[in-house]
Amino acid sequence: MTVDYTERGMLKYSEKLLERFRNPKNIGEMENPTVVAEEGDPQCGDMFRMFLKIENDRIVDARFLSFGCAANIATGDVTVDLIKGKTVDEAEKLQIKEIAEALGGLPAIKMHCAVLSYKTLKKALAEYRKTRSGAGPQG
Amino acid sequence: MSYNSLGARVRVYLDNGTTTPVAREVLDAMLPYFTEKFGHPVFPYSLGLEAAEAVERSQRAVAGTINAKPEEIIFTSGATQSNDMAIRGVAYANRHRGRHIITTKVENPSVLRVCERLEREGFKVDYLPVDSEGFVDTAELERKLTEETILVSVANVNDEIGTIEPVEEIGEILRGRREKIYFHVNAAAGYGKVRIDVKKMGADLLSLSAHKVHGPKGVGALFVAEETPIEPVSYGYISLFKLRPGTENVPGIVGFGRAAELMAENFDRDVSCMRRLRDKLMAGLEEIPYTVINGPRGDKRSPANVSCSFKGVEGESMMLHLDLHGISVATGSACSTTKLEPSHVLTAIGVKAAVAHGTIRFTLGRYNTEEEIDYTLSVVPRVVEQLRRISPVKPEQL
Repeated sequence: MTVDYTERGMLKYSEKLLERFRNPKNIGEMENPTVVAEEGDPQCGDMFRMFLKIENDRIVDARFLSFGCAANIATGDVTVDLIKGKTVDEAEKLQIKEIAEALGGLPAIKMHCAVLSYKTLKKALAEYRKTRSGAGPQG
Repeated sequence: MSYNSLGARVRVYLDNGTTTPVAREVLDAMLPYFTEKFGHPVFPYSLGLEAAEAVERSQRAVAGTINAKPEEIIFTSGATQSNDMAIRGVAYANRHRGRHIITTKVENPSVLRVCERLEREGFKVDYLPVDSEGFVDTAELERKLTEETILVSVANVNDEIGTIEPVEEIGEILRGRREKIYFHVNAAAGYGKVRIDVKKMGADLLSLSAHKVHGPKGVGALFVAEETPIEPVSYGYISLFKLRPGTENVPGIVGFGRAAELMAENFDRDVSCMRRLRDKLMAGLEEIPYTVINGPRGDKRSPANVSCSFKGVEGESMMLHLDLHGISVATGSACSTTKLEPSHVLTAIGVKAAVAHGTIRFTLGRYNTEEEIDYTLSVVPRVVEQLRRISPVKPEQL
């Protein structure tokens, strides 16, 4: 068995990430959202719930709830900022690495937090598309 | 960093189970050994003799705290190294007799990883289960003992949840066997918290760390009872200890000796003070809804340990929020480490993963005060409430 001797036990968060963690702008419940999506599992130690308010295919408001570590809260907060005001089409183009970059980088073992917030967003957008197509062209 | 009512900065250190501040007296004792009394203890000129005498004085001091002989104390870099030296050293020296080792599921990684290594080298290791409070199943230990068993390793105090293990009972069981079974006790978490007597425990080997008792980091000890067959696990120029070659950390060893003396002098007062603060903290935390105390209560729990799971809250966020209020604690949350599984100790006592992620460990030391506990109890409920408000996981669902 070989060991990666360069691996450290210590976690080092960027100042940007810590600031988001301390003062998240977009955290909390939303009344009457257009869609709500949830990803993650408390058994695994992290979970998101994302609320989107969408008008004319534009995300006019977004909020989230988080059960998770500092990176989880910060990635959720920055993801919401990155898509607010964008159209659904634009939001769908968001990439995981943009989330990490907006936080000044993420420790490797915390990349799953960006993946989770990305997956929650994707789920919410898919849900929106589904309800739209179900509602028909007039909807 | 927060400010108290007097406007002073608050720093409440409640992570003494991880490490402790060095006592002033300890630092003072160490300082001359960096600059003036810097000799190598192996050389018989005056500087060397001075250093060797200092090491011997520390051997006497540490030996005195565990009822051992001074020559049975070997200084190491800390309990992690002591555990490795003890377990592999005894396993290698006794493999002709058998290749079976018994430990528990709740040991420190410095014991578990060494045992796993020995498994890869052809040894068989049994990991004993524990009950819901973390007590080792001694009946299961008796069932697992075979003619092949050469070593048993159990910590006297669990470092995460504070369970005081029945090591004397285990020692008794092992003494009753026809074949000699060596008994190793990792006492890093128990040192300065419970009385340690290697003879009563029937321990052949015992590991200690200085930095858990207001000594310096990077120095520990291994007690090896006379006539214990043990092989060194590292080789080099032998100075004072054949089992641990290399130049001794003389200033560190001097600091450990002084820390051991202070620990012994203050033992009764420190323990009763920590126990009082522990019970106050535990009672206050239990008033927070959906909060679970992990580990036993009363005399069977380390006086320094409070382990608490706050349902619906994630431990790392909790730890960092408490830090913003000037309070240092540890978390059992997987997210604060480089692996993503919950603590093996909490899993072993049956705590569900979703609850284990919300675990905070508060550990006391000699210098904590009642005001610090009052302050902590004024902050923790607010932080728990704040984090529960932003959580999609409701505590009543867990």
